[in-house]
Amino acid sequence: MIEFDQITKHYGDTEVVSDVSLTVEPHTITVVVGTSGSGKTTLIRMVNRLVEPTSGVIRIDGEDNRSIPAFELRRRIGYAIQGHGLFPHRTVAQNIATVPILLGWGKARVKAKVEELLTLFQLDPSFFAERYPHELSGGQQQRVGVARALAAEPNLLLMDEPFGALDPIIRAKAQDDLLAIQKHFGTTIILVTHDMEEAFHLADRIAVMDKGEVLQYANPAEMLVRPATPFVEALIGASERPFRLLAIERAGDAVEPGAAEGTPIPASLSQRDALSQLLWSGRPALPVAAADGAILGKVSLEGLVKRAARPR
Amino acid sequence: MPSLATLLRLAALLVLLAFFLQPAWFEPLLRPLVQANAPAIYDRGNLFWLTMLHLRTVFVATLAAALVAVSLAILVTREAGAEFLPLSRSLVNIGQTFPPVAVLALAVPIFGFGEKPTLIALFLYGLLPIFENALTGLTTLPPAVMEAARGAGMTERQRLFKIELPLALPVILTGIRLSVVISLATATIGSTVAARTLGEVIIAGLQSNNLAFVLQGGLIVAVLAVLIHDALQGLERALAGRAHV
Repeated sequence: MIEFDQITKHYGDTEVVSDVSLTVEPHTITVVVGTSGSGKTTLIRMVNRLVEPTSGVIRIDGEDNRSIPAFELRRRIGYAIQGHGLFPHRTVAQNIATVPILLGWGKARVKAKVEELLTLFQLDPSFFAERYPHELSGGQQQRVGVARALAAEPNLLLMDEPFGALDPIIRAKAQDDLLAIQKHFGTTIILVTHDMEEAFHLADRIAVMDKGEVLQYANPAEMLVRPATPFVEALIGASERPFRLLAIERAGDAVEPGAAEGTPIPASLSQRDALSQLLWSGRPALPVAAADGAILGKVSLEGLVKRAARPR
Repeated sequence: MPSLATLLRLAALLVLLAFFLQPAWFEPLLRPLVQANAPAIYDRGNLFWLTMLHLRTVFVATLAAALVAVSLAILVTREAGAEFLPLSRSLVNIGQTFPPVAVLALAVPIFGFGEKPTLIALFLYGLLPIFENALTGLTTLPPAVMEAARGAGMTERQRLFKIELPLALPVILTGIRLSVVISLATATIGSTVAARTLGEVIIAGLQSNNLAFVLQGGLIVAVLAVLIHDALQGLERALAGRAHV
């Protein structure tokens, strides 16, 4: 659990973060969104003390994050940034091993961890371990950057626009990988982005920041239904609301009894993507299949349209 | 298959070695440059030995300059040392603008004739290129890389030795290379205050109006400068290629 307690940060006369208090639950993904200059990056950089707050306290699992030296704190917290920041003179394996080696892990343990992570990120260790970062594609570099952040098995992972430099297709893949990895390790993730789509895709809770203040801190559905201020509403995009509402939930949750014609939709697909398939196929309903291929029932246009309507 | 440039360098090295071992072979070439009865090959000392002393002087002066300049650059790029940046820049600049001849003239009354005044002159003259390059190397590191190093929990010392210096090394070496080449040529004036360098050969040639001596001294220095320059450049390329910075 990470508690921000009345955090304020001044640079000279400008206040970049003003009196932010919020609590991040363990094993969840919290996304901080805002325009550039909203103070979102400064806010998360205060968690691992790359920036020190002017006033206020950040507690990690109840403990003030200033109770241990900054470099020790940072070794316990994963940190992934835009443009990955891989060390160009070190191989992929050496990059990933950065924090474990700082912590003095044994050779065998480091090697095993590097191989585990490379495999998890679908990078063949026998091919990639000895490569240098400049020999990798952008998407691969980004994955190595996240693998490096996770190498010492941190409970908390901070991500500052980690997918900002990726093209849309690789970005969507990277986001899905992140969700899978978060499930795998149960890591608490705080992610900063200016991309609303990304926020709704990843977040358990979203904090919207503007001019250093948190305007709203809520789960995605609540934020859609009850935006706290016109700014939040504008950021969500009024015309996007029904689709974002559908995007949050899975097709499996909208299953109705009955049979339907057509290619089955996987239950894990978002309701938004299910709607899109219904519209494209021109059918009023499509069957829904579980991961093992068993037909669970159907999703209908009518059902999804109801779900997309403003909840009362 | 080695390139033409490599073959030329190898040839230059072989000619130089041949000149040290069998100077008599070259006498017919140099004979036309001297008056009758004057020696065509330098005969007042061993040329190979002089060359070694010349190189030693350059090596010691550059090593000292590199140690001081790089340490200074590290100091002024730390948070605590930033305020010394303008001061150290001025000091190093003065070292470069003060003519080595004047340094020799001032140093002789204090340190006497011999190698010491030359070492001091070369040391001061060599500081600037190394310092400026080290400064450039240490201040233009990719910000994302530095941020990642800090975020990973490296201490300031770990960042310096594991990230900053390795990444800045090719640029620092460029500075050292410039300094070496300048010093190789400048060291010859040390012989005006009795330092044992190849300048002796040139000065002897000037005094006795022996063009062959001047040419020998000058050419040996020039060939050494080219070969050492290229060797260091090769080393820089090898390092930069690995790090890809």
